[in-house]
Amino acid sequence: MSALAALLVRDIRLAVRLGGGAPIGVLFFLIVVTLVPFALGPDLGLLRRIGPAILWLGALLASLLALDRLFAADYEDGSLDLILMSSVPLELAVAAKAVAHWLTTGLPLVIASPVLGLFLDLDPWPMGAVALTLLIGTPALTFIGTVGAALAVTLRRGSLIVAVLILPLTIPVLIFGVAAANTAIVGPVPFGPPFTILCGLTLISFVIGPVAAAAALRHGLE
Amino acid sequence: MGFADLANPSRFLSLAERALPWLVVATAAVFAIGLYQALLVAPDDYQQGATVKIMFIHVPNAWLAMLCWTVMSIAALGTLVWRHPLADVAAKAAAPLGTAFTFLCLVTGSLWGRPMWGAYWVWDGRLTSVLVLFLMYLAVLALWRTIEDPSRAARAVAILTLVGAINLPIIKFSVDWWATLHQPASVFRMGAPTIHPAILVPLLIMGVAFMLLFVTLHLAAMRNEILRRRVRTLLLMQAQAGA
Amino acid sequence: MHLGPYAAFIVAAYAAAFAVVTALIGWVVVDHRAQTRTLHDLEGRGIARRRSSRQEAL
Repeated sequence: MSALAALLVRDIRLAVRLGGGAPIGVLFFLIVVTLVPFALGPDLGLLRRIGPAILWLGALLASLLALDRLFAADYEDGSLDLILMSSVPLELAVAAKAVAHWLTTGLPLVIASPVLGLFLDLDPWPMGAVALTLLIGTPALTFIGTVGAALAVTLRRGSLIVAVLILPLTIPVLIFGVAAANTAIVGPVPFGPPFTILCGLTLISFVIGPVAAAAALRHGLE
Repeated sequence: MGFADLANPSRFLSLAERALPWLVVATAAVFAIGLYQALLVAPDDYQQGATVKIMFIHVPNAWLAMLCWTVMSIAALGTLVWRHPLADVAAKAAAPLGTAFTFLCLVTGSLWGRPMWGAYWVWDGRLTSVLVLFLMYLAVLALWRTIEDPSRAARAVAILTLVGAINLPIIKFSVDWWATLHQPASVFRMGAPTIHPAILVPLLIMGVAFMLLFVTLHLAAMRNEILRRRVRTLLLMQAQAGA
Repeated sequence: MHLGPYAAFIVAAYAAAFAVVTALIGWVVVDHRAQTRTLHDLEGRGIARRRSSRQEAL
């Protein structure tokens, strides 16, 4: 098994065994979606109309939660140094960790979103649109998030600063993700253009994320 | 005296000490001319009346907000690629300045918008992009404060600055797209008024004035940062000597 | 100088600019004084950097 695949499997196993990733993330997602009607009132017409936006915001915030642990656990027990010293290019190692993180944190959110859509009285097509846009968009959130996680790796209690660093950079993903999902509700704007741009943003993040995060790790751990 | 000599902090300090008085005088002079032009000479816009005078502050600060991030990005390259010793100093000195100018751009934009469109903030595409830029400046400030070691902080901020620089066009495009999506009537286009020479000249003079202000403040702040690092070195030496 | 019906906004904008610029200038000046004072103190106490021609450390 190649080193990268081994790293990927190890990270997935750790995330599954230790918990704190998927279940807590989905729980946070559920709580956010529950909070909104308390704030806005249970008017189903309103909730249905802003449903995709609520789901996207909840998924965005839930994605942020687990990010600071992405490198912190490895930093604390020394495995991060081993990863840096190995012959595997650091950018690819970061990408492998990001994929593992998404599979164990982002993907559960995607799967949970149709269920949570029921709370917002979404029809099947908007529900599917939200899930599809989240499927494409949450990897972008994870990969952009690796940059923040890498910059904050040496800091204790880094989760808030990671959020502060990352959130402005995730705004384009949010804009196009919600826009694409909303086309299922609002109508005349076609699904294609925002969705294509969202795909483009995710692909760009696959490059910028690992490159910047690897640079941050190298410089931060010198 | 070549560019490499500039890298020497002591040489830089003496150069800064000599240049600063001239820069201060030049800045004050251009501001005097600019304010005279802006307040007394420039005519009222036929659509916006006298409130167009706010533009003479708002637009130069928008330019400065972008210029400052550009300066920080070039400094970031200096830190990461060439390990230029003054690059760290230049980046750290520029961050608070950029934040302040962006803040001023937002405040004046808001004050300009209120008479025109009835609300202090209308989520206009252009102004919203500046708001996101302001958030990014605050993130940079936060990172400078959070990492203790100065050179490690400089490298982390450098990476964040460059990632931000790459993202800025994407963010601008996204926010503009979002704004047109939600305001199809394009009634909220906070566009520049019809720029004709009587308004353009004061605008350009104020632009030059603000840029001179930035250069002056940046040079002075860099000088302070070099001094601050000397203090830190001395304090570390003192601690090590067990004074 | 006729500022029209929205004079308050124009004045507020220029006042904000004046406040921010003054604050920046103030910060730079005060910081300079603080650093030079500290440097004089430290040098007065006999702690000085070795002026080696080899490497100018910041």
